[in-house]
Amino acid sequence: MIAFAHLLERLVFTPGRLAKIALLRRYFETETDPDRGLGLAAIAGDLAFAAAKPGLIRDLAASRTDPALFAWSYDYVGDLAETVALIWPEALTNAAPPALWEVVETLGTAPKAELPRIVAGWLDASDASVRLAILKLITGSLRVGASARLAKTALAEIAGGLVMPDDIEEVWHGLAPPYLELFAWVEGKGPRPDPADAPVFRPPMLAHPLEASDIAALDPAAFRAEWKWDGIRAQLVATQGGRRLYSRGAEDISGGFPEIVGAMDFHAVLDGELLVLRDGAIAPFADLQQRLNRKVVGAKMLKDFPVHVRLYDILFDGAEDLRPLPFDERRRRLEAWFARTSPARMDLSEQIPFANVAELSSIRDGTRAASIEGLMLKRADSPYVPGRPKGQWWKWKRDPLTIDAVLMYAQRGHGRRSSFYSDYTFGLWREGEGGRAELVPVGKAYSGFTDQELNLLDRWVRNHTIARFGPVREVAKDFVLEIAFDAAQLSTRHKSGVALRFPRVARLRQDKPAAEADRLATLMRLVENLPA
Amino acid sequence: MPHPDTWLKVLPDGLFCEPGGFHVDPACPVDRAVITHAHADHARPGNRAVLATAETLAIMRTRMGEAAGPGQALRWGERIQMGEVTLWMQPAGHVLGSAQVAMEWRGSRAVVSGDYKRRPDPTCAPFEPIPCDVFVTEATFALPVFRHPPDDLEIGKLLESVALFPDRTHVVGCYALGKCQRLIALLRRAGWDHPIWLHGALMSVCDTYRELGIELGELRPATVAAKADLVGKIVLAPPGAIADRWARRLAEPVVCLASGWMRVRQRAKSRGVELPLVISDHCDWDELLQTLDDVGAPEVWVTHGREEALIHAAGLRGIRGRALRLVGYGDDDEDVPA
Repeated sequence: MIAFAHLLERLVFTPGRLAKIALLRRYFETETDPDRGLGLAAIAGDLAFAAAKPGLIRDLAASRTDPALFAWSYDYVGDLAETVALIWPEALTNAAPPALWEVVETLGTAPKAELPRIVAGWLDASDASVRLAILKLITGSLRVGASARLAKTALAEIAGGLVMPDDIEEVWHGLAPPYLELFAWVEGKGPRPDPADAPVFRPPMLAHPLEASDIAALDPAAFRAEWKWDGIRAQLVATQGGRRLYSRGAEDISGGFPEIVGAMDFHAVLDGELLVLRDGAIAPFADLQQRLNRKVVGAKMLKDFPVHVRLYDILFDGAEDLRPLPFDERRRRLEAWFARTSPARMDLSEQIPFANVAELSSIRDGTRAASIEGLMLKRADSPYVPGRPKGQWWKWKRDPLTIDAVLMYAQRGHGRRSSFYSDYTFGLWREGEGGRAELVPVGKAYSGFTDQELNLLDRWVRNHTIARFGPVREVAKDFVLEIAFDAAQLSTRHKSGVALRFPRVARLRQDKPAAEADRLATLMRLVENLPA
Repeated sequence: MPHPDTWLKVLPDGLFCEPGGFHVDPACPVDRAVITHAHADHARPGNRAVLATAETLAIMRTRMGEAAGPGQALRWGERIQMGEVTLWMQPAGHVLGSAQVAMEWRGSRAVVSGDYKRRPDPTCAPFEPIPCDVFVTEATFALPVFRHPPDDLEIGKLLESVALFPDRTHVVGCYALGKCQRLIALLRRAGWDHPIWLHGALMSVCDTYRELGIELGELRPATVAAKADLVGKIVLAPPGAIADRWARRLAEPVVCLASGWMRVRQRAKSRGVELPLVISDHCDWDELLQTLDDVGAPEVWVTHGREEALIHAAGLRGIRGRALRLVGYGDDDEDVPA
């Protein structure tokens, strides 16, 4: 448990991806079975304990501390588990802190009434960092900023090139903690674990953005075109071993979309786009967002935000692996499968006929009106290869919209950018009280600029700060940024009433007086989901 | 026997000992100042006469030159008559030269401890409890969530990280007086015998420490160093510099900060600290309570910090507590020594 606690402590403060991988790798290499596998499960979010709840922690703290001192401390620290971990009186005991396996096993099996006594004993035997790890396991919120994918990447590194992260993905969902056979495999001490007919995730094939220079080289006859839908990529897996819906990041999102899982009355692995669909029309992304990141959904959600999958590829038909087949052949199989199966809540993403690149380009220009992100171009002969193979699939997004906005606030970035003011809040003009023009913030951007532009912005922010709020600097309203974004949508969560999709800095417009920046009304005219 | 509140007064410019005619750690220039230690919130320039330890006077001269004022040095335990008051100093264990000021008037004794800590520090003399009628204490870390781990554990974390990331520079934010030299001494004790690189603002006090006989090993200026020279090395800098423009000269720095505040995650995260080191020159909660027991005073006055919690806990021990709310000490600023 000590090694695990130290790992969590370092991960939570480490911004860099490579540094995180180094920390994870060292943990996997130095910790023993079964603890390291349980640590992996905890980071991947695969551990949950029904009997242990935050209330237990609160009661424990109350039994050991003065209520006034606890209240002041909780006010100061702001997090219950952390407050308890820090405030817990150091006990004079010779007991060693519990091993991770002991904690996991006990939390999973001990009768609820026994837990307070057991947990108190663990806390007595531990230091603050181990206490926090135990309490975070109980509350089920590690939040260390390391994804399951990152842990798998670190694990694959141990194999020294013989096992790739994608190889681990393909067996992952067929395995269970403490993943003994997985560790044996990456360490070269055992065979590849056989997931048999478990509904495992298959790493998806991804597309490259199509740049102007690629367009000239494009052979229109070799490619097929589809719409690029503005939803989330999903993989549907239904085997004799079960049904799962995965996000493109291998996260099991079945629980959030019961109506899709319920409709998966077949044996196949399919690739498609998850969308909110009402009366045959696709709702904006903001509607789909209501359904994301939920473990369970209520009846009202299901009714108000009905989801649908628009299919565009088939990876397995029954047990038959279709991935080696060319795209055209898979498409034929997908259409045949669909005609045969006709599953509820699904349809096929249509193919768009075109004769040449010019025609394709004009189709793409028309996508703004159709609430579509752009076009997908897929080589007719491309097999389904995980990752982003060169020259096979292209995404050709519609041109972004732009507005000229005024820089209002800046905040320092993280990691490499921690010494730069690189996160910018920008606003547009509207009529305020007494008819005076006022700026209202409409979004934040932290990309799109070159290193040179970042240097300039950083210097400008430091020299034009008019107020500070903790880490945030308010600046003089004198700098115009041209902001590019993919779409604007109504939002009740934003003061301005509008949310931007993928805003980024397109150009620095120091030539433009702030008073000539755009008005909020101009942005409102670009909103997609305005009520009729 | 007169109660100390009849002769030790809280004035707008700080604690004033009436029958002695002097201030302790005044917030503005006064005729006669008794200074507990040389941190900027306790030792201010411009006093017309200063009584302090020789070390404190030396450090004050380094930091403020002539403005330190004419000084008179006092040895540990040496008694001096100030008006009607007998005064002496005992170590406070906070930084080099830091003293508690004991004052006696007509059989009544008050001790102003300044800032202090209880655990051993290789760069200064350890705190000595003085029995008294009123004990004047700070309360910087007076919440039970503040419990500083052993120093060696924290230094171990730093050295382990240096080994894990040999291609990066570890830059440790620390206050220029006390924390910096203590870190260096702790690193030397842990076997780190490479040169330690310093931000320019840290160099002069280190030189004074060495002149006063504290061994610090080889120190080099980091500001003019080539990036390649700093790979795998430890650099010390003021907290304000570690995640700002100055740090761009370092090789992919691992940003560390040595402070008692690092005990709380949010404090570390909001400063962009990658490796928090809980090393403090103040007492933690347990040590504050231990000190109340050790000095045995029936009454405790709290100068600054989280006084409500300390006074509450003192009350549970039958000790009367009073908040002085002195202005100018320790404000909740991150760059104040902690």
